[in-house]
Formats: sequence, C-alpha cells, structure tokens
Amino acid sequence: MPTVQTVLPSLTPLLPELVLAVGVMVLILYGSFRGERSVEGVNVGALLLLLLALFLVMSQPAGTKVTTLSGAFVQDAFSKVMKSLVLLGSAATILLSRDYFQRAKIDRFEFPILIVLCTIGMMVMVSANDLIALYLGLELQSLAAYVIAAFHRDDLKSTEAGLKYFVLGALSSGMLLYGASLIYGFTGTVSFPGIVSALHEDAGFGIVLGIVFVAAGVSFKMSAVPFHMWTPDVYEGSPTPVTAFFASAPKMAAVAMTVRVFIGALPDVTAIWQQIFVFVAIASMTLGSFAAIGQRNIKRLLAYSSIGNIGYALIGLAAGSEEGIRGVVIYMIIYLAMTLGAFAILLSMRRRNEMFETIEDLSGLSRTHPWLAFCLAMMMFSLAGVPPLAGFFGKFYVFAAAIKAGLVTLAVIGVVTSVVGAYYYLRVVKIMYFDEAKAPYEAMAPGLRIVLFLSSVVVILFWLLPAPLVGAAGAAAKSLF
Amino acid sequence: MFGLGILSGLLIVPLCGAAFILTLNGEAKAVARNARWAALATTLVTFLLSLVAWNRFDATSPSFQLVESHAWLTDTIRFKLGVDGFSIPLILLTTFLMPFCIGASWNAIETRVKEYFVAFLVLETTMIGVFQALDLVLFYLFFEAGLIPMFLIIGIWGGKRRIYASFKFFLYTLLGSVLMLLAIMAMYWQAGTTDIPTLLQTRFPAQMQTWLWLAFFASFAVKMPMWPVHTWLPDAHVEAPTAGSVILAGILLKMGGYGFIRVSLPMLPDASHAFAPLVFALSIVAIIFTSLTAMMQTDIKKLIAYSSVAHMGFVTLGLFTLNEQGIQGALFLMISHGIVSGALFLGVGVVYDRMHTREIAAYGGLVKRMPLYAVAMMVFTMANVGLPGTSGFVGEFLAMMGAFKANPTVAFFSVFGIILSAGYALWLYARVIYGKLEKPDLQGILDLDTREKLILAPLVVLTIYYGVHPAPILDVFAPSTEALMTGIKAALSNTQTAAAALPLAR
Repeated sequence: MPTVQTVLPSLTPLLPELVLAVGVMVLILYGSFRGERSVEGVNVGALLLLLLALFLVMSQPAGTKVTTLSGAFVQDAFSKVMKSLVLLGSAATILLSRDYFQRAKIDRFEFPILIVLCTIGMMVMVSANDLIALYLGLELQSLAAYVIAAFHRDDLKSTEAGLKYFVLGALSSGMLLYGASLIYGFTGTVSFPGIVSALHEDAGFGIVLGIVFVAAGVSFKMSAVPFHMWTPDVYEGSPTPVTAFFASAPKMAAVAMTVRVFIGALPDVTAIWQQIFVFVAIASMTLGSFAAIGQRNIKRLLAYSSIGNIGYALIGLAAGSEEGIRGVVIYMIIYLAMTLGAFAILLSMRRRNEMFETIEDLSGLSRTHPWLAFCLAMMMFSLAGVPPLAGFFGKFYVFAAAIKAGLVTLAVIGVVTSVVGAYYYLRVVKIMYFDEAKAPYEAMAPGLRIVLFLSSVVVILFWLLPAPLVGAAGAAAKSLF
Repeated sequence: MFGLGILSGLLIVPLCGAAFILTLNGEAKAVARNARWAALATTLVTFLLSLVAWNRFDATSPSFQLVESHAWLTDTIRFKLGVDGFSIPLILLTTFLMPFCIGASWNAIETRVKEYFVAFLVLETTMIGVFQALDLVLFYLFFEAGLIPMFLIIGIWGGKRRIYASFKFFLYTLLGSVLMLLAIMAMYWQAGTTDIPTLLQTRFPAQMQTWLWLAFFASFAVKMPMWPVHTWLPDAHVEAPTAGSVILAGILLKMGGYGFIRVSLPMLPDASHAFAPLVFALSIVAIIFTSLTAMMQTDIKKLIAYSSVAHMGFVTLGLFTLNEQGIQGALFLMISHGIVSGALFLGVGVVYDRMHTREIAAYGGLVKRMPLYAVAMMVFTMANVGLPGTSGFVGEFLAMMGAFKANPTVAFFSVFGIILSAGYALWLYARVIYGKLEKPDLQGILDLDTREKLILAPLVVLTIYYGVHPAPILDVFAPSTEALMTGIKAALSNTQTAAAALPLAR
C-alpha cells in the first residue's frame, strides 16, 4: 500500500512558488472585499510576499539538484540565481509603479496581483524540467503580461500595446508549442533528461524543425532579432512602470527558459542550434545598436538597447559552454541593475503631473539634478560596456566564452557593434552634461530612490567586489553541466 | 593598512580627494575655492606618496616590486599591482604633472568647478592604475576607464567644437581598445591567467602572436597616436581646456608606448620582430608628414598637437628597433616629451587666459611685454626641437642611434624629423614672441604672475637638468631594458633554431 509520501510529491523545492500562489489568493480576496481602499494594502502585501519568496529562494540549498512533480520541476543553483533576479525585478516594479499609478489615476489593486501571478509563471519557467511545465509557466507569465501592458485602459497607446503584445505573443507561444510537439513526436518524451538520452548527434530533420520552431518561440519572448518587432511599440505604449517590468523580470525568465531548453534538453545537438543563436546574436546586436541611433523617445531607445543587450547575452549561449552560461548569468544580473536604474530615472522625469520621455528632456540634467544625471551617465557608460562599470564585466565574460569556443568572428562583430552602440549612449550623456539646462523636475518618489540607489551601487561599485556575484553565476552555470 | 600597500594608496588618495570635493556644499564661490585647494592638496599628497614609493624602489633590479595582489574576479584574474623600471618613472611623471594641471586650471575654470576637479582626480587614479596594473584585465580596466573623465573634461569645459572632439576621442579610442580586450581573452585561454609576470614567461605560438599583436597594435597605435589613426588627437587637443591638453600630451599618449613595452615587445617578440618594418614605415611617415602638417597650422595648440604625433613617431621607432639604445631612447623621450609638451601647453594656456585666442596671427612681439614668458617658452621650444642640452635631445638621439643600428635607411629619414621640428617650432616662436608688438590688444598684456611663475619654473629647471644629466632616468630604465632584451633575444634565437630544424618550412 503506497504511503502518503509516495503519492504526494515533495513540495519543499516548490515552497517559494506555493507561498506566492497562496499569498496572491489572499490578496485577491482582500482586494475584492475592500475594493479601491485596499490598493495600499495589496501593494505592501505583494511587495512583502515577493521579498518573502526571495528570502525562501535564497535560503534554498545551492549545491544539490532536486526534482519534484515527477521530474517536471527542478531546483538547482541556476534556478536559485535566476529566480532571485526575477523576484528582484518584480519587487522593483512594485516600488517603481506606486507613485506613477497614483498620479495617472489608474491606481488599482489588480496591478500588484498581476505582477505576482506573472512572477509565479516566470519562476515555473525558470525551474521547468519538461516541455509541459515550461509551457504552463510561459502562459501564466504571458497572460498576466498582456493584461498589464493594457493596464492604462483609457489610453489608446496602452491598449494598442496590450493588443499587439497579445497577438504577437500568442503567435510565438503557438510556434513554441508546435516546436515542442515536434520534439515530443520525434523523441517520445517531454522531459528534458529524457530528450537528452533520446537524442544523438545525427538528429533527423523533424528534430531540426522542432528546434527551429522552439528557437523562434523563445526569441520572441526574449525580443531577439528577427522576432523583435513588437518590442519598441509595446515598450513605448505601455505605462512606464510596466515597461520597466517588461525590460527586467520577464527578460530574466525568458533567458533562463532558453538556457534550460537548449543546455538542459539539447546539449548533444549543439551543432544544430549554435548557428541559430550565432545568427540571432549578430542580428540583435547589429539592429540594437544601429536602430537606436535615430530614436528620440527614451523608452524606444531602451527597447532597442534591450534588443542589443539580449544579443550580447546570447553570445554566451551560442558558446554553449559552462563559461558561456556563466557569462549569460552575469550579464543578466548586471543588465537587470542597469535597466531598473535607467527606468527609475525615466520615471522621475516629471513636472507638474506631466511625464517627459524624450531625450531632449534630459537636457542639462547635470545642472538641475547632478546626482540623477551622474547615475544615469554611469548607467549609460555601463550599457556601453566601458570599464570599470558593471556592464563591462558582463560583456567581458560572454566575449571570453565566445573566444574560448572559437567564435572569434562573433566576438569581433560583438565588440564593433558595442562601439556603435556607445555612440547613442554617449549622446544621452552629452545631452545631460554638455547642453543647456531646462526647468528642474519634481523630487523623486521614495520607491524610485530605493531602486535607483541599489542599482547604482551594483553598477558603479561592482568592480570593487565582483567575486560574490561571479561566484554565484559560476555555481549556477556549473549546475547545468 | 587593511592589507593595502603604497601602490593601492596611490589609487585611493585621489579618489578620496574626489569624494571629499563631492561632499562640498554651500555658496558657489566658497565651494569653488575649497575645491581648488582640496584638489591641489590631494595631488600634492599623491605626488609625495609616489616619491615614497620611488624611495622604496630598488632601481638596480629588473623585477616587479612593491607587489600587492588582492582577490578579484577569479583566482587567475587578480587585483595585482606592482612597478618595475618601465612603470615607476611614468607614475612619477603622472603624479608630478597633476599639481601643475590643477594650478593651470585655478582661474581658467569658472563653471562647474567642483565637477571639474573631481573628474581630474578620478582621471589621475585611472592613469596611475594603468602603469601599476600587473594583470591585463586590470590594465584594460584602467586603460579604458580614463576615457570617461576625459570625455567629460573635453565635452564640458572645452572650446567651440568640444562635442565633436569629445565624441571622436571617445569612439576612436574605444574602437581600438575593444580589439585589445579580445586579445586579452585569447591570451587568458591560452595561458590560463592574465597575470602579467606569468604571461611574460609564456611563449605564444607564432601564428597566434601575429593576431594578438595586431589586436594590441590597434589599441596602442590609436592611443599613441600613430599615423594614420592620429586624427582624433589634434581635435581633442585644440578643444580641451589647458590642463586637459597637458594630461593628454603628457600622460595619455604615453599609455600607448607603455603598452608596447609592457605587452607587445616582451610577450609577442616574434610578431614584434616581424612587424617592425611596418612600424618603422608608419613612424617615418608620422615623423615627416605630421611635421609638415604642423608647419602649416594657424592654431598654436594644433601645431603642438601635430608635433606630439611626430615625437611619438620617434618613440615607436625607438621601441621597435629592438635594441637597447633605441628602447632606452624611446622611454626617455616619453618622459621628456611628457614634461616638455605639458609645459608647452601650459605656456599656451598662459597667453590664452589673457587673450582668449589660440590663433598664431593674433600674437607677435610678446617678448617686449613678457620677457620672463619668452625665456620659459624659449627653453621649451628648444627642448621640443631637440637641442643638445635639453631633455628632448637625449631621447631623440638615442632613438635615432638605435634606429641606425637596426636600419640605417630608417635612421636617415628620421633625421628629417629633427630638421622639420626646428622649422615649425622656431617659426612658431618667431611669430608669437618676436616681431613688432603692434596688435592693439597686446599692448597691455602682463608678464607671468606668481602662480604662473611657480608653475613654469620647475618645468624649465627639469627640462635643462635632464638635458645635461639624463642618468637618473636612464639608470632606472636600464635593468628592465636589459631584462627585456635578454628575453627578446632568447625568444628570437629560439624561433630561428626551430625554423632551421624544419628544412621544409624555409
């Protein structure tokens, strides 16, 4: 007779997700009973919930690999790091959104709840160990994301962004699902370890097709070229805190999911997918740096910048090695800090309830807000990859992995596009420091201050004490090989 | 203290000064005054500290000294600092020139004084860091980090075309450097570490050396700058404020030369030997072509900038002769040019502060109103020409001697550089200092004030002192140069024996 333990899978590895799921139910109930008066409470509750989940994730054992739910869910050092990033991104979004939504008069309790739901989806994506769990997580994340893109429902641009995101996102989910079904059909299993043992070097055409479709699907989610078209429009149309969210947490989850699928399930057919990611990386870096030059709107600029940055991160994946994945993880850690910092500054560009979002509005910021300008300048230099700022180290590790894997051409193209990219980052610095000052902006909201301070510390001081983050990323990469 | 040695101190002191200046608050005038004094005090303390380091340095040994190694990225990429005979003179040059830069900016900078001095102090840290780093990644970090403050210095406090100049400066140097970064990574995977002393013992395969050399060359040649990638320099020089030009000419250009002597020559000897003719050709073109260009300039600063490119041609020429005289001469010329070109830019700054123009045509007959200034400029001009008795002579003479030993034709062409430099420098001096004092706005121009005397006098003394007594600097270079030569010779003879052993390869 089976005991309870054999019937019920071990739930300890799932604890953070369970806490979030149960917590968000409570918040929904609280929100619907108290109505509009509950906004403050739900926000605080969601933030605490995310921080609690972060604590639980952090205290999970790092050295061992634990699977549960019949092997569909895996908890290891990689999931630990990537989930922490996802949770940090989500928590930062809640901090960034409060002031903005209050002033835009769309301050509803659903927003933090949707963020938490989205976070649960992302955490499942990070920990997925079979194709079905992956898809479940992806859809939970995506559905919540479509709704918050259109959160400003009376705003034409925001609803347009939501619709666009939904249509294109559904299409990409379909492609991913089709690819997954092909892989399932040709290997007879959905579990990643099962796929590993079923595949061998000379995989058939069906597998190749499946891999291509999966790659297309994940490229959509990461907004890598040639599946990036939705990014600038959705970034520009969504309310700015939502854009900050899209640029941070879901990016982490999408990259983690890509790494899981291609390193976790398809390590023996690297030759097939390496060329795909070499191409995607080159295309993303090139488009990201050239297309951003003409942008006036900071949100669009950051959209192209994020496309380019995904290109750099994918260099590490294309290398397909442990060093490469370490590079990807370091790159994502640093990218999260840079993005959140940049958005915190963008959100503080406000004068008498009017938000400003073109580059010219930054003119002379160094005179009116020296610290703000300094922080943004550092973010920009960091995005350009100039040492000693953190962005340099992100690039260093992915390029080093590419050189080791013999992808010298890819690395050379990468560094050259990073110089092109430096041009538009420098232009932002130029406008802030060399141009004439405009009227000052209002004081920053406390939430923005916290996010900006923490991300600036990471970006500016990373070079002094890089070992902990590099070590964590190294452990994360090691757990996949 | 805290396990940090004197070399870390040299990095930390300017940063502390910068942090202190950042905290200054209150009335604008008081902040500006305090910022100036704080910056001056910081640079003086740094200079004194570097003298202490100099005192502890044993000049008879070619090894790395005062070494500190702290945990950093990984076990194989450490925060490692140290100095040898090549680097300590350059560190002293840096710390020595900084107080002059602060002094030269005393009244010339009126806007955003606080930020200006912060940028300068951060720049000082990065420059010292380049010369101290004993790890290639750390070297790259400091090498590139200096771009940020310099970009801001040119862009905020520069002249009319400052934005164009600052972008050109930044992007040009960045493009050169990123290739060096890839080369550093390739070395890392080959040798398993980026520790410079270990890499000095590593022999890279000949084929790989070629590519590594080219990648490093892309970076150092831009920084140097060598013809034809020198075009950012005149723009940056002309637009930068006086102190920025001093640092550019005095220190930043030396980073390229230092890179050659630290990385290209000792780590990639076969490739350096193979590419020497290319470097010779570029150096000769630089010496003759940019000297001719200098002659035709109407802007004083631009003229000196082109003359810097020509002098750097002598440096690369000397370095790649791969013999002792040539390398010693090149190194000495780097130090001498640091002092002399820095002094020339300070001299231009003196009249620029009075007249706010750098057009040669706007001056003439200054000797009548400014006799002291005329004397100082005379010394610097002569040193720039390379007149015996000034520091400029020693370096150029040694470099050419080395060149003669390596390749007499190259030496023959390089001599034209001396003749042409006499042409442009003396002509400049004649047009600015001599002649009739007939321009109406020059009638009331004042001679050097106390601050300017304090700035220029030590430089005059040093220029002449090192001209007649170059031994103190050459002695420091000697052991390291000897060690370098032994290494290169051993490497090259190895390669030749290997080639001889393979009859098919010949």
